[in-house]
Parts: sequence; structure tokens; C-alpha cells
Amino acid sequence: MTAQVIELRGRGLGGGAVEGEALVTREAISGWGGIDPATGSVIESRHELCGVSFKDRILVFPGAKGSSGWSGMFHLARLAGTAPRAMVFNHLNTKIALGIVVTHVPAVTDLDQDPLTVIETGDHVLVDADTGLVRVTRRAALAPAGR
Amino acid sequence: MRLTDDEKRMLDGGEGEAVAAAMDLLVRYGEVLGAERLVDTDNVCGANIFGPRQFALCGAGAAHGGSGGAAAAVFAELSLDSPRPLELTPVRVQSYQLIGPMDTVNWQVQGLSQQAHDLIAESESYSARHGIHLMNTCTPYQVGNVPVKGEHCAWMESSAVVYINSVLGARTNCEGRESAAAAMLTGKIPYWGYHLPENRYGTHLVEVSVPVTSDRDWGLLGYYVGELVQEGVPVLDGRGEGSFTPNLVRLKHFGAAAASSGGVEMYHLPGVTAEAATVDEAFGPRGRPGSAEAIRYGPAERRWTYEQLNHTATDTHVDLVMIGCPHATLSQIRDVCRLLAGRRVHPDTALWVFTPRAIRQVAEQNGYGDALRAAGAVLMSDTCPAIGQFLPPGTRVIATDSAKQAHYLPAIMKVQGWFGSTAECVDAAVTGTWRGSAP
Repeated sequence: MTAQVIELRGRGLGGGAVEGEALVTREAISGWGGIDPATGSVIESRHELCGVSFKDRILVFPGAKGSSGWSGMFHLARLAGTAPRAMVFNHLNTKIALGIVVTHVPAVTDLDQDPLTVIETGDHVLVDADTGLVRVTRRAALAPAGR
Repeated sequence: MRLTDDEKRMLDGGEGEAVAAAMDLLVRYGEVLGAERLVDTDNVCGANIFGPRQFALCGAGAAHGGSGGAAAAVFAELSLDSPRPLELTPVRVQSYQLIGPMDTVNWQVQGLSQQAHDLIAESESYSARHGIHLMNTCTPYQVGNVPVKGEHCAWMESSAVVYINSVLGARTNCEGRESAAAAMLTGKIPYWGYHLPENRYGTHLVEVSVPVTSDRDWGLLGYYVGELVQEGVPVLDGRGEGSFTPNLVRLKHFGAAAASSGGVEMYHLPGVTAEAATVDEAFGPRGRPGSAEAIRYGPAERRWTYEQLNHTATDTHVDLVMIGCPHATLSQIRDVCRLLAGRRVHPDTALWVFTPRAIRQVAEQNGYGDALRAAGAVLMSDTCPAIGQFLPPGTRVIATDSAKQAHYLPAIMKVQGWFGSTAECVDAAVTGTWRGSAP
């Protein structure tokens, strides 16, 4: 079986490189009133990830929305040990920019392909904020069917 | 990012270690944004009052006895992203505390322990000692901080940001705790987004074909518009039968709702808001979109929005009625008193009204505080149930006249939430039962 590896390139933010398992959502995430920093879970009742935790995962999402408490909540998540390991996203605003700064995680945006389409939850992802590289290894290649 | 000589001096520690940490944070933040430079500001609103959970996460919990050292450690970590305590100098520019976690009068109603009270009080006192004005409201623009048109500000609080950008024509992005605190110490903020005139023009035309007159109407319209434009700059156009009757309360509800369902930080209501007398002027060089591209808001959209705001609620027994999100004006407090009109709040239900500390004082002077207490209601200030995360014990169902609170409180506190008019909310407080109906 051919390992399916896809590389995306964009603008690296924050610096550093990490690897981990992707958690992908097509819906923007609220910080304050949208996540619980104690568990790293999304709590917005109408969100498709409601109840799902991003702790130690590579969060792939459109961007940040909602209250100005976005950075504050992700800052608390870092202190509580529930922050995502990296962020890959499409839309830059002040909420996510400050959130990346205080969460101390690598991030990449402005990618040459839409990460929400290319990356699937469970894929293994390398995020290198120093070079802007996002390397995706398909879950299918990692765990063949029938295993 | 290009730094001026005074900014370099701050970064290099010439103004002390706290200012250096603040400037370092602004540089990191500005670089992620892609800002080319910083801009001077003399008007900052932030949130630096912390409670037991934040003290504990910073390793400065109750074990430290809530000493000044603990407050300094929490401020350094959570406000300035510094892992070690800093020698904090007084804030450089006009700085204001937004809504916080505690009503200093009714903290026992909130269910706070003496220990929690003491930690929060110490955190508040730490801010005051360093020159941050304890306005303690999400609506500084109604109690003495009214920026002028074109003034560069650094404000948090999405409902206040959208109000001062749109209604007043001030210039701010939606800042966060850390960037606002850094701006307090340096008088600087990245020159990006809504600080630049070219980003302030309309992006979406909203054609409104139903009258938008009551507070509830404005909340519904805002929630719908935010859902559709997300972070766009909507321009509202009342068509024929659509009559607008805006005032401070209604625009407060509109902006708060649009900033909750979406991320609206700026809108134009031509002829009313600060930067456009006409729809064409609101779009400026971007040009007015054709009618085919316009967002339409009529009876069906209004109905859909009402259902979205009420989707978490099924039980009609109401435990708490919450008024004052964003913080109530004096006129809203008066309205609640008039609606109560000698009736009493149901014994199984609580009615809490939230307002800025300064307005509470006037409300007390005018007898509204006594009237509310006589009816079994509570007049509170400085906080709200969503920010302070408190409800009467056993609360399962809340009702509110705020689209913003109906959006957030069910998620934060795991309760059902009804949204309706102020009159429907007061009726629910008196009868203990939700009897609201769709528009």
C-alpha cells in the first residue's frame, strides 16, 4: 500500500514544529463560552464538535469566532494542559492571532490548499511553523482496513 | 514589524520589565497579524480581575492566602503572558476594567465563599493600585468612557467593540486580555484591521423588510445578521415598510447579538451610525452590491432566528430571569420596575438585573433598587452569570431578553434558555412560567 502523504505550504506563525493526530472541523470555534479549558472540549451546543476534546491534537479549523475572551480561554487551556498541540486554520483575526501567541503553539495559515478539505480527523500531521509546512499522512495509510 | 525609538526602548527594558514584557507580547502579536507597525492609543479597556480558578492554575491559589504576591503572579501570567512575576509599573494610558467575576455587594447571592471573595477582591485591588479604573462593566460607553470619532482604542468585549466602532466611529479591533493589558502599559496596539480606514467600509447589504422597533426586534436582527455575515461589515437598509427606531439600548442589543452569532465588529446604519449618511457612503470605494447579492431579512428570517435562540429550551418552568446583557441602562431598570408594577417575583423563580456599578448608584438614588427588592428581585452590578459562572442553586431553565445571553449561558452553564421581550421575561419572573411567543 502506498503511503498517502500530502504536503501543504502556508505562512508559519509562532515558530516551532510538532506532530500529532488531526481534529478537523468546518465550523469556527468560540473561545469564551465555546470551550472548557479544564477538559479542552468544545461546549457550544450547536457546534459539530460539541463534547469533543482537542487536547494534544492538531486542531484544523476555519478560525476563531465569538467573544474577545478567545485568547484568555486558550491561555487557560495551556496552563491546564489541555491545549491543542498546533493549529492549522484559514481565517486570521485578532482573536486567533493573540490566541496563538499565548497558547505557545506552532500554527500555519494562508495555505496553498484548503486544509479543511485535505486533512481528515485522525490523519497524522506535522506542523512546522518555521517553514510553513504542513505534512499530512493519511489515517488509511497508518491503519489499513481490517486491522 | 517596524518599531519607533520609544517602542524599541520599551522592548529593551528602558521602561522596566513589565513594559518590556508588554512590548514583547505586542511584537509577537503584531507579527502573527502581519501588522507593519503599532499605533498610539490612550483608551484601553481590558479584563484583569481573576478568581480562584485562575489563581490555582497559576500556582498562586488560596494556599498563598491571596497575598499581593499571588495577585502579581496571576497578572503577570494571565495578563502579560509572563511565567514569572513582574515588577508592575502604573499603567501608562487611560485604562478601564471591563465586566468582572464579582458583585462586591451581592457576592453571597452569587454563592461565592469568603475565600473566593477575598481572592477576587485582592485581584481587583491590585488593578486599582496600578491605575486601572474599576468601571467593571461590559458597557463603558454608557458610564463615562465615550471615545470620539476616529479615536484609536484598544478594547476587549465584543459587544462594546462593535458599539464604539459603529455607533461612535472610534477605531478598535476586538482585543483580548493580554493585548489590552499590554496596551495599558505601553500605550500601543498593532495598527491593523479596523484601525485602517479602508477596512471600515461595508461588505454586505442587508435589506430589511419588517419593522425593527422593539428591543427584541433589534436582538433578533443582530443575531441573524451576525450568523450570515460572520466577520463582515453589514450595512442595514430599511426598505419601505421596514422602519428602524434605534436608540442606545436597541443598538446595544443589536451589536451584542451580531458579535455573538458571528464576529461583527463594525456595521453601518446609514443616517444613524457615525461613518455613513447613506448606503452608498457606507460601501465607499468597495461599491454598493447589487440587490441580487443582498441579504434579506423578513418575517421568515425573523421566525428562524427566534427558533435558533430558543432551541435549547423545552421546560416552561423558569428558575432564573436575567435582565442586563449587555449591562442595563437606567431606562431598562425603570422598565423592569414598571413592568413589575406592584407584583412580586414567584417564590420558585429569581429575577436578577445587572447594570454598571455607577448606574446602580443612580438607580438606588431614584428608588429603583428599593422597588426591585420589594418585588423580590435583585439589582446587581460588576458581573453577570455568564462571566462569573453563577446561577441560583438548582437552576435548570433561564429566561432573558438578551440574544447574547441566550446564546452563551446555556453553553456555559448547561441550562435551558428562553429568549423573549423584557415584558415576557418579567411575566415569567412573576408567574414562574415561560409564556413568550414568536414574533
